[in-house]
Amino acid sequence: MTSTLGYISVYGALLLSVVGAVVGYFAIKPGDEGRARFARRAAYGVFGLATLGLAVMVYALVAHDFSVQYVAQVGSRSTPLFYTVISLWSSLEGSILFWGWIVAFYMAAVAYVYRDRYKELMPAVNATMLAVNAFFWLLLAWPANPFVAVFPVPADGPGPNPLLQNHPFMGLHPPLLYLGYVGMAVPFAFGIAALVTGRVGGEWIRAVRRWVMAPWIFLTAGIVAGAWWSYEVLGWGGYWAWDPVENASFLPWLTATAFLHSIMVQERRQTLKTWNILLVIATFLLTLFGTFLTRSGILASVHAFTEGLIGPFFLGFIALVLIVSLALVAWRSDDLKSDPALDSLASRETAFLLNNLLFVAFTFTVLLGTMYPLIAEAFRGVKVSVGAPYFNQMSVPIALALIFLTGVGPALPWRRGSPELLKKKFIVPTIATLVAGLIFFAVGVRSFLTWLTLVLAVFATGLIFGEFIQPVRARIKAHGESSGSALKSVIGKNRRRYGGYIVHLGIVVMAVGIALSATYRQEVEITLQPGEAAAFAGYTLRLDSLYAGREPHRDFVEAALSVGKGERLSTVMRPRMNYYPMSQNPIGTPSVRSRPTEDFYLSLAAYAQNGATATVAVIVNPMVVWIWIGGGIATLGALFAISTVGAVVERRRSGAAEVRTGPAKAGVGGAD
Amino acid sequence: MNKKLTIGVGVIVVLLVFGYFAFGGLGRSLVYFWTPTELLAEGDGAYGTSVRLGGMVVPGTVEWNAESRELRFALADEDGTTIDVFNAGIPPQMFLEAAERREPIGAVVEGTLTREGTFRATNLMVKHSEEYRAPQHSGDKTQYYRELFEEQGATDGS
Repeated sequence: MTSTLGYISVYGALLLSVVGAVVGYFAIKPGDEGRARFARRAAYGVFGLATLGLAVMVYALVAHDFSVQYVAQVGSRSTPLFYTVISLWSSLEGSILFWGWIVAFYMAAVAYVYRDRYKELMPAVNATMLAVNAFFWLLLAWPANPFVAVFPVPADGPGPNPLLQNHPFMGLHPPLLYLGYVGMAVPFAFGIAALVTGRVGGEWIRAVRRWVMAPWIFLTAGIVAGAWWSYEVLGWGGYWAWDPVENASFLPWLTATAFLHSIMVQERRQTLKTWNILLVIATFLLTLFGTFLTRSGILASVHAFTEGLIGPFFLGFIALVLIVSLALVAWRSDDLKSDPALDSLASRETAFLLNNLLFVAFTFTVLLGTMYPLIAEAFRGVKVSVGAPYFNQMSVPIALALIFLTGVGPALPWRRGSPELLKKKFIVPTIATLVAGLIFFAVGVRSFLTWLTLVLAVFATGLIFGEFIQPVRARIKAHGESSGSALKSVIGKNRRRYGGYIVHLGIVVMAVGIALSATYRQEVEITLQPGEAAAFAGYTLRLDSLYAGREPHRDFVEAALSVGKGERLSTVMRPRMNYYPMSQNPIGTPSVRSRPTEDFYLSLAAYAQNGATATVAVIVNPMVVWIWIGGGIATLGALFAISTVGAVVERRRSGAAEVRTGPAKAGVGGAD
Repeated sequence: MNKKLTIGVGVIVVLLVFGYFAFGGLGRSLVYFWTPTELLAEGDGAYGTSVRLGGMVVPGTVEWNAESRELRFALADEDGTTIDVFNAGIPPQMFLEAAERREPIGAVVEGTLTREGTFRATNLMVKHSEEYRAPQHSGDKTQYYRELFEEQGATDGS
């Protein structure tokens, strides 16, 4: 019964998205209201069916309906409810179902929000989204069908992957990442719609801005949450290992960030048209590539993925998207021509171009390092891995240049900066930076790259603060306002701009956290007997006891350690190892005590069978918290940038007034 | 037009320099993954380069000295070639448990082959087995940590 309902939703969604896509493309000629309406309703319909499928799956998981194959694979009666629900994305079929639901959700959302706007673009957008949906529902109907029935029905299942049920963050990190990843289909659909309709000017850029920002926010938060999860669970005290799975999430983030910047150049200067289209196409392709990497089994072995159908399906779809997109770009190449953007070197355009160059170089670096092992194995038959040194060597200089630009970019004016203006903006931050550089050296920062990171961080922060302070001062002077209300009106009037600056500040904070924690991390492995104490990096720790315990879904071995700064033992920390019934490999849960200046991180590494000794990895990690805080600031800043609820109303009013006087201003959503 | 040309040339130069560094850096940080047979087949080239060596731990060869933190074991591949591994550092819990049960376990060590024929490892990873087994009864007395239960009395939850 459950299985049947699931089949109905999957096949229904597949059928409707195929029909809708075909009809939608025939509605691209303006004026065909009926077909356009059909495509829009098909989008709603697919979302409805997708929601039914998702609901059926969640119900089957919660009800432990082991007649459904996916539930039999990942469910277990002893798993707590929370982890039962989130095991929706713990394995291949469930996660593709979740993908499909999200892509249907975005499709319905964009179709609804723009139901009365962008009349020429929207049919093509809807048709493209329906085509993308068709691919995912095809996967779900055939090679990744989660609703296959099993007989005889097993009495119980193994439960989800132990790594998934070991930390509540697994309820947060994957959905955020998926919302970010899948959301990049919307800007892609707009890019394709612009090409198909030939409307490659500013219109699609205006329409798409928030539809890039929203997934960008999810992706940013998802990547930071993933890093945090790996820090809290994996027990090595790090958060980023340039693992292919991590790289897969990072690659589209890089191109999407480049796109967010380059569209501003097109908005202002009607240039970079081809470039912007190529960036959205690349971003979407990278999300497909990332899903392919993580879902096809290719990482285990190049030859593993041909055993299933998922890998070939994805490769085929990637190739199709690539060929169709590039053919469209070539076909429209005459319309995409634009004037060179540079008037002067000291302009914001230059900063944006450099920014894009750096982001693309970054993307290429990570892509090369991620793909090289696959290519080497496929063509040369050797197993090889690309070490973290490659990624670090390449990315640190690029990242430092980007930090430089986070400050300089906002401070440079469009077109041409006059020497007086530049002097006014740069003099105070430059002096502050020089002083800070001396101070950092004096307090003992001897690693050149770390010193440079801190110095650039001060420089960027100074310049960004300047962008806040100068207009506030001007307002105080002109209107005699208090500084608080002046700040509020300056920021409130241009949320997009100041939201962006807040994102920049968040990124700078993250960079400082990353640099300091990487340079000044101290670690040691200590073996202790119960009652024995040891000292490390100014901390004292004593093993109080080592014991085993039992929870419904797992057993655990836990060490209780009294820990304190100096001699005084102030807190008890309990790192542990969890034993899940279906996995031989114990999964650790480190114990972390976070302070603004440093984290004290304990991970149970090993213990003697008779309890005579326990070995703990002790890691003192300075400033790690600031990585998460910086990620939070960046996310909030981006949310602020698109939180134009009040501003839209304001603009609509002022926009209405402007229509009479001249061409409407580039409104946020295009109120026209 | 001239401006365009200058920018174009500049971009190409930047790309070339970047590509040089990218591929150069890549070449230097490649870590090859070899089985004992493949490593020994390299002959002289095998000594001194950092590689990953993968195979099965030969049951009964594991010697772990918790005091001096020295670990020795033999790693074998399907062809029966074995290499002695000397590892400074604490092995993962799962490794010790398998050694205790005298079960073979897959392991990957990172390090270099010395002239004496011993592989000096800086890092030991136990091969993740993604295979799920049917759930055992959790009262299984073969568990490695059973003595910790018996001594303390099973505490439920935490």
